Amino acid sequence: MGYLSNVTSVFKKETKSYFYSPMAYIILGLFMFISSILFYFFNLSNSIGTLVWMFNQPIFALILIMFISILTMRMYAEERKNGTEVLLFTSPSKVSSLIIGKFLAAYFVFIVMTLLTLTYPLVIMIFKGKFTIQMVGGYVGLLLFGSCLIAIGLFCSALTENQIIAAILSFIIMFFLFIVGSFATMFGGAVTEILKWVSLFYRYSDQSTGIFRLNTMVYFISITVSLLVITVLVIEKRRWSQG
Amino acid sequence: MIEIQNMSKRYGRVHAVKDLSFTLEKGEILGFLGPNGAGKSTTMNIITGYIPPSAGTVKVCGFDVMENPFEVKKRIGYLPEQPPLYMDMTVREYLSYVCDLKQIKKSARKSQLDHVMELVKITDVSGRLIKNLSKGYKQRVGLAQALIGSPEVLILDEPTVGLDPKQIIEIRNLIKALGKDHSIILSSHILSEVSAVCERVVIINKGQITAIDTPENLSKGMDESLKYTVSVAGPQDSVKSILKGIFGVRKVETLSTKDNDSSDFAIESNKETDIRKPMFFELAKAGYPIMELKLNDMSLEDVFLQLTDNDVVMPNSAVSEDKSKEDETEEDKTADNIEETAEKKEVE
Repeated sequence: MGYLSNVTSVFKKETKSYFYSPMAYIILGLFMFISSILFYFFNLSNSIGTLVWMFNQPIFALILIMFISILTMRMYAEERKNGTEVLLFTSPSKVSSLIIGKFLAAYFVFIVMTLLTLTYPLVIMIFKGKFTIQMVGGYVGLLLFGSCLIAIGLFCSALTENQIIAAILSFIIMFFLFIVGSFATMFGGAVTEILKWVSLFYRYSDQSTGIFRLNTMVYFISITVSLLVITVLVIEKRRWSQG
Repeated sequence: MIEIQNMSKRYGRVHAVKDLSFTLEKGEILGFLGPNGAGKSTTMNIITGYIPPSAGTVKVCGFDVMENPFEVKKRIGYLPEQPPLYMDMTVREYLSYVCDLKQIKKSARKSQLDHVMELVKITDVSGRLIKNLSKGYKQRVGLAQALIGSPEVLILDEPTVGLDPKQIIEIRNLIKALGKDHSIILSSHILSEVSAVCERVVIINKGQITAIDTPENLSKGMDESLKYTVSVAGPQDSVKSILKGIFGVRKVETLSTKDNDSSDFAIESNKETDIRKPMFFELAKAGYPIMELKLNDMSLEDVFLQLTDNDVVMPNSAVSEDKSKEDETEEDKTADNIEETAEKKEVE
């Protein structure tokens, strides 16, 4: 009994509530529907055998952003709105264990989402294509990118008690990080470097071409972890300042 | 069990509670009484460690809330004003999640759950989704949540809100029974509830304590005269003059006149003399039958109103006379309050 069991119980509870409500099914279904259309247009109709090319499309990232902001919007905002935050804070468990549990639950849904897209390489293989190491690289990139997006969404959800505002806020932040890479080259010099550094999508497309880069992985993981830490701090701080 | 010393909570410039000090003894049920916005919930939130105090110390079972929050939280069961329920879980799922949060050992869980559900009588709804339960049941599930882990201290913020009269009595009895093993703080604005259940009452107004005493002492301390309501059939004026003539009667007031010639009167008399017998004979002699006679106790309600609302003019002038007979500390506090209100008015 302790920290870890708290994390697992929060994880279990949150995952259950995703799959007991229509939430997870709608998100998974819609995501599969839209990504299948993309798969058809980018891969099948052009007879392109590399899935990487599809993952690399900006529109795919945009869809991810949209779905993840919906997936994460209620995570913390709902606790505040329903007053269940009190239960969490008056029980002998740490805020960080809750946040990690919640993060893992959303990440679990995301992993299910990713697993479903494995049908695409399957289809490619049926059509005599090859499952390449680039695809594995692409999937690793996708999983890392997803963890960042979920951490952003969770952070935004902790900022407000309104789910819609949380969704919009996280969408805006993710969208900014998404387009900032395209602006990067406009400035040149240090500014470009900084913007490229900030741009999640730039990193993501780099990784999703199938190249394993250690610094990219470290980048995504450290962004995720620091966002989770900031989320915990935001929640603690609010409690201390206003109650 | 709980020791609160000079606790204050500020929101910006506004004091939600100011300089609160009281204690909760082991096995005691303490009523926490006050009008809406008096700072009841704030105080409870601070004791349970949900929000930190701005100043002062709160100790639960010897542990400081600020220094040892985990030890404190292990020993407190809290039912907030709005029960913290997850609507999309079944009762059993929810309670077992609470067990997880409260770090109940896996081996003890089942018996713990069954025991608590039995106690608040929700065993028959254990498989239902919380969102489909009635308000009364939701409240009970909230109470069950507080009871899990059998904490030494229970803090209940308006536990009977939204229950039907039968359920209210059940919950009250339950709280009374729980008082044997737990120390309980119970907040309410329903006075009959507090006087029925609690051994001691803290009355709080505008963030400050106005009185701490047993319910009996509180009503006794205020009540220096006896009040009756009597309904007599007969001409109003002559009945009134007869009533006034009875020894011991201080004041007679006409309340209303009914169609069938009977009138209602409010009578105040000295506490020492029982005016009921002479009243009966006098009125009988004059041929005016008594239709109804009732002795009105000064309820905790009146005490409460008097202590918490200085702006309201009490209908009975005797009450304001009684004020002078209160013990000094209480009077000081009331006086402080009046000053405060006066200051506020000046500012406005």
